[in-house]
Amino acid sequence: MSEVVKNKKRFGVMRLSDAVFGGYRLPLAGFVSILHRISGMLMCLLLPFALYLLDQSLRSEVSFAMLHLFFASIPVKLVVLALVWAYLHHFSAGIRHLLMDFHIGLDKDSGRQSAVAVLFVSLGLTALVALKLFGVF
Amino acid sequence: MANNNIGPKRLVVGAGYGMRDWLAQRVTAILMAIYTVVLLVLFLTSSESSYVAWSGIFAMQWFKLLTFAVVVALLYHVWIGMRDVWMDYVTHSVVLRLVFQVATIVWLVACAGYAAQILWRV
Repeated sequence: MSEVVKNKKRFGVMRLSDAVFGGYRLPLAGFVSILHRISGMLMCLLLPFALYLLDQSLRSEVSFAMLHLFFASIPVKLVVLALVWAYLHHFSAGIRHLLMDFHIGLDKDSGRQSAVAVLFVSLGLTALVALKLFGVF
Repeated sequence: MANNNIGPKRLVVGAGYGMRDWLAQRVTAILMAIYTVVLLVLFLTSSESSYVAWSGIFAMQWFKLLTFAVVVALLYHVWIGMRDVWMDYVTHSVVLRLVFQVATIVWLVACAGYAAQILWRV
């Protein structure tokens, strides 16, 4: 049996819950990564709601028009906004993943930069949709 | 080559078995991304009123079939993702993890059924 070569000492177990409770600071790329999971789970949970919206938008001209009334309620706006954010974040973080699968931007610095770009794009577009949804323009 | 992977020599661990799902998750992701762009382009380039344009897109048979293929891709994609999440975080009880995994499958298959119903009613 060959001996296991030990690297430098580790900090111990770095679980996600430690980052949440202040054990260590989650890097930006880690933030994007966990938000990728959270947004994915959120969309899985809200999938019937998204299908309901599709159903109402296609059923008839009347139900299509009724969606305007449905969207007038604040809770509905917020759920739709959560769904929009989840989609945009999952989409852009997914593109980042695919680029990394092709060995683009794998080093620490570009990993951080692309994480910033993902947050910028997803939060920026979500803000735009929010302004539109709340009737600013 | 043929008989070095049977009996006690059979490879039951390693990266080999995860490769298919890993690749499927990427392929389905690309398919859904392309679909999103196609849908946006079709809707935004239409000159008709919102409802007529929107339902007109979904009335086309090729678009129904494409949408259904994307729904199946979505189902597979979400299954891989949710399974990964359960495998990573529900580690203390195999039974509990199995319950979550089965619930995920039921949830997704039911959603696919709803999607099929919506599509073929247009």
